[in-house]
Amino acid sequence: MTTATLVDRERALRRPGRPLLAAAVLAGWVILAVVLAGRDTLALGPSDLTWLHLRLNDLNDAVGTARGHDALAIRLIDGVRVGVDALVHGLQTLIAEPPAGRPVPIIGWLGVVALATYLTGALGNLKVAGLTACGLTFLGLQGLWTESMDTLALTLSAVVLSLAVGLPIGVAAGVNDRFQRLVTPLLDIAQTMPTFVYLAPLTLFFLIGPASAAIVTMVYATPPVIRLTAHGIRAVPAVTVEAATSLGTTGRQRLRTVLLPMARGTVVLGVNQTIMAALSMATITALIDAPGLGRAVLFSLERQDVGSSCNQGLAIVVLAVVLDRATTAAAARGRGGRRPHRAARIRLTALLGGAFVTLWLVQLSRTYLWAARFPARSTVGGVDVHLGVGDDIARATDAATRWMSLHAARATGELKDGVTAFLVDPLQSLLAGSPWWATGAALVALAALAAGAHAAVTAAVGLGLVIGTGLWADAMTTLASTVVATIAVMVLGLAFGVWMGRSDRVDRVVRPLLDAGQTMPAFVYLVPFLALFAASRFTAIIAAVVFAAPVAVKIVADGIRNVPSQTVEAARACGSGTWQLIVKVQLPMARPALTLALNQGLIYVLSMVVVGGLVGAGALGYDVVAGFSQGFLYGKGLAAGAAIVLLGVLLDRVSQAAARSRTSIASGRDRGPSGRTRPSFALGRYRPQRPLGPVRPDQEEVPT
Amino acid sequence: MTRTWMGALVVALGLTGCAGATIDNASSSGTGAAGSSGARSAACGTVNLAVNPWVGYEADAAVYAYVAKTKLGCTVVKKNLKEEVSWQGFSTGEVDLILENWGHTDLVKKYITDQKVAVDLGQTGNKGVIGWYVPPWLAKEHPDLLDWKNLNTYADKFTTSESGGKGQLLDGDPSYVTNDAALVKNLNLKFKVVYAGSEAALIQAFRQAETQKTWLLGYFYEPQWLFNELTLAHVKLPAYTEGCDADAVKVACDYPPYDLNKIGSARFTNSGTPAAALAKKFEWTNDDQNAVSRSITVDKLSDDAAAKKWVDANPDKVKAWLS
Repeated sequence: MTTATLVDRERALRRPGRPLLAAAVLAGWVILAVVLAGRDTLALGPSDLTWLHLRLNDLNDAVGTARGHDALAIRLIDGVRVGVDALVHGLQTLIAEPPAGRPVPIIGWLGVVALATYLTGALGNLKVAGLTACGLTFLGLQGLWTESMDTLALTLSAVVLSLAVGLPIGVAAGVNDRFQRLVTPLLDIAQTMPTFVYLAPLTLFFLIGPASAAIVTMVYATPPVIRLTAHGIRAVPAVTVEAATSLGTTGRQRLRTVLLPMARGTVVLGVNQTIMAALSMATITALIDAPGLGRAVLFSLERQDVGSSCNQGLAIVVLAVVLDRATTAAAARGRGGRRPHRAARIRLTALLGGAFVTLWLVQLSRTYLWAARFPARSTVGGVDVHLGVGDDIARATDAATRWMSLHAARATGELKDGVTAFLVDPLQSLLAGSPWWATGAALVALAALAAGAHAAVTAAVGLGLVIGTGLWADAMTTLASTVVATIAVMVLGLAFGVWMGRSDRVDRVVRPLLDAGQTMPAFVYLVPFLALFAASRFTAIIAAVVFAAPVAVKIVADGIRNVPSQTVEAARACGSGTWQLIVKVQLPMARPALTLALNQGLIYVLSMVVVGGLVGAGALGYDVVAGFSQGFLYGKGLAAGAAIVLLGVLLDRVSQAAARSRTSIASGRDRGPSGRTRPSFALGRYRPQRPLGPVRPDQEEVPT
Repeated sequence: MTRTWMGALVVALGLTGCAGATIDNASSSGTGAAGSSGARSAACGTVNLAVNPWVGYEADAAVYAYVAKTKLGCTVVKKNLKEEVSWQGFSTGEVDLILENWGHTDLVKKYITDQKVAVDLGQTGNKGVIGWYVPPWLAKEHPDLLDWKNLNTYADKFTTSESGGKGQLLDGDPSYVTNDAALVKNLNLKFKVVYAGSEAALIQAFRQAETQKTWLLGYFYEPQWLFNELTLAHVKLPAYTEGCDADAVKVACDYPPYDLNKIGSARFTNSGTPAAALAKKFEWTNDDQNAVSRSITVDKLSDDAAAKKWVDANPDKVKAWLS
């Protein structure tokens, strides 16, 4: 961005009118909220149902009964189920569960560690191979080898299927605008509709077992690879495509020789995100009998055994980090050029030798018990050594939790009361306590001012549909908590993002913590949070912040790092201090990243709404949870799920339009160099330059 | 150079490999055991046992599975499922048995009365109590709280950031039916129902209330393993009489006592397997269940070990189930 456009933008933003009008709208809204508080709020009791909810209940019953009648559908569904079951079961017997007639899986722990290390070394680099070896061995030391391998087997099966479905769709969406428009809303729904809504009906069709678990996982995990594949293809410079066309290539040739190779890096990042999303479904699929770490976490929660659940959650984090770094390294390698001849020969020798050693170790793990089952203890030189860290982790966590809930609870309780009274309550009274028409009109007006007429229409339609779900008051209550959480996410995102963006050392230290925040199953840390902040909206907000802030931090850090170093040097040469440099140069120049961080932070916060419902947030999250638990509330839960999707799509489209309208003020137009519209990130968890880390879904369940 | 190094490694690995039990040894002894139990399980077959996600149920399932496996030679496949999905399993043929059912009149109608895929197998002997509870310290210091009539006197003590100026009544898991909103209204209580949303949140709330000596009124139930650690005190509401809860809007009485029962799939019940006979006879007390729950939660025993401990201590009860 040149100085000239920056000046233009400054001028445009200072244009009087918009801020003034927005303030007027807000003032009018606040006055209405105070005068008409509690009137026309469209509130609905927790067990009250609307006509729509009852019809959805009927629909659910009808689908359940129809299952037995359509022979063709049954044969089709059974075919899919048998196929998926066979795939998952095959992988399980390979690494996790003993097949018939064998006391241990086909490949033991030593073989799995060796194979994984070899593959990451060959496809990625040596550093990642080391990380893989350490990470997987650590799982064994935690005493969770079998559980981890069950989770890995299910995750990998779901990923293979997701890629088989997602890659072709992604390519099609990348080359065909109409198809892209058709697919995008479906992807939005797949990513924001809470899993609880379709978990039970799905088991009616695919039965209880690996097939259902894999398919639930696919629904959530396929969208990232579709979006990123399409995005990668669309991001190939138009000049390159035109050059290929002028050489007389056909569409298919162009795809194979130009588009796909050039999009490779982005596609691999899509694969990476799909793996993370799949892994993050572990605790949810455990509710329909999927084996592995998710089930272990749920069991610990039933007993409120925070120590064990922390150990098990940590295993999920370790798996996620290993898979994340491995796929990222593979992607980076894919971008690298050709090596010199000599280096290539050394590499080939090492690969062959490595393959030999790996096969040897695999064979050992098939023959000897110590290499098959991860040993709990071992004798080294006559000394008995205890091989396990799981109990120590659990004990340390328990002690820390106990100390916190004894000594810190009073102070944290006051913090909760303060934030609730001064921030959450006023905002909630404004959104949910004013008449629906006042809130609706104000929100549409604000959308119009921030993002233009088109966005206002989107907002009006979206809010109208929310009213249609019959859950307006709940939706507005959820929106209030969402806004507070998003503000907190952005504050953290800016603070840590700038810090990390300016120092690689800080980045190295903080990044693993961010990964943990994103992949640790929420209930592992929610139980201690409940002790500190009680069952409240504040606890739900904190949970959402823990999950969403890492994404914002990573995007902001990436944006700061991408500010050209010449610009930074120039500013420094002109005598800017550190603070001036950040505020006047780095942040303004990272503006697109800040917008993306806000957008993604918001979507991630929304994906935690259901978890919030499990810890006292009430409103839409509770409606979804209740719908999953009580048959007669099913329709209401589905409607609440739809309301969450609507809020997500609404906030996403309006904030994007607002960002675009700002950019277009600055740059004059909103078209990419090719003349195509800029790829919509929509709800897709898009990674700008470097991996943002794993995504993890919204919901988790606590045992009843 | 590389090759020599690798050769040394191979030799080293080979040497380590020589020391240690091979899988063939282990598997031959393994198959032996499996073979003998396989012969016996032919008569009993496989039981698909739903395990709902709470510890009391897990205790039931542990003991039933242990007895069925060791005394009858059955193969028991435990499926960890929520209640709705478990009942659904009767219709798809994937679940044979539910061991601890809490009412669920809508599911009873759908699967027992209408679809006829499930059968009531009688009571477990466990008495379910649902109601309002306060932490032990509060019951001790203000025993008058245990009568609902005095709740309003203390309503302002129960306020929290979530209760909007009224007293807070903390409700938990949506899996259980609550009439609490209607109760508060019809009993004219200055309270507001706050939905915690999960059992974990409720348990944590009671634990904190006890350690921090804070005021808490919450919805809870027995039998529940938490009672091994905290004896929550039950607040009396107007006594339950038959039919007083017929109209959900007008209800102004306590929750009915629940006789927890067992549900079997029709196919399983009529198959004549000894596992079904055992399921019908399976009956024990709240104390029995709490003892096993305690082994699981406090002593951290595995399900099988906890079950074995109880079975060894109660041979007469087990004998009666098998007769």
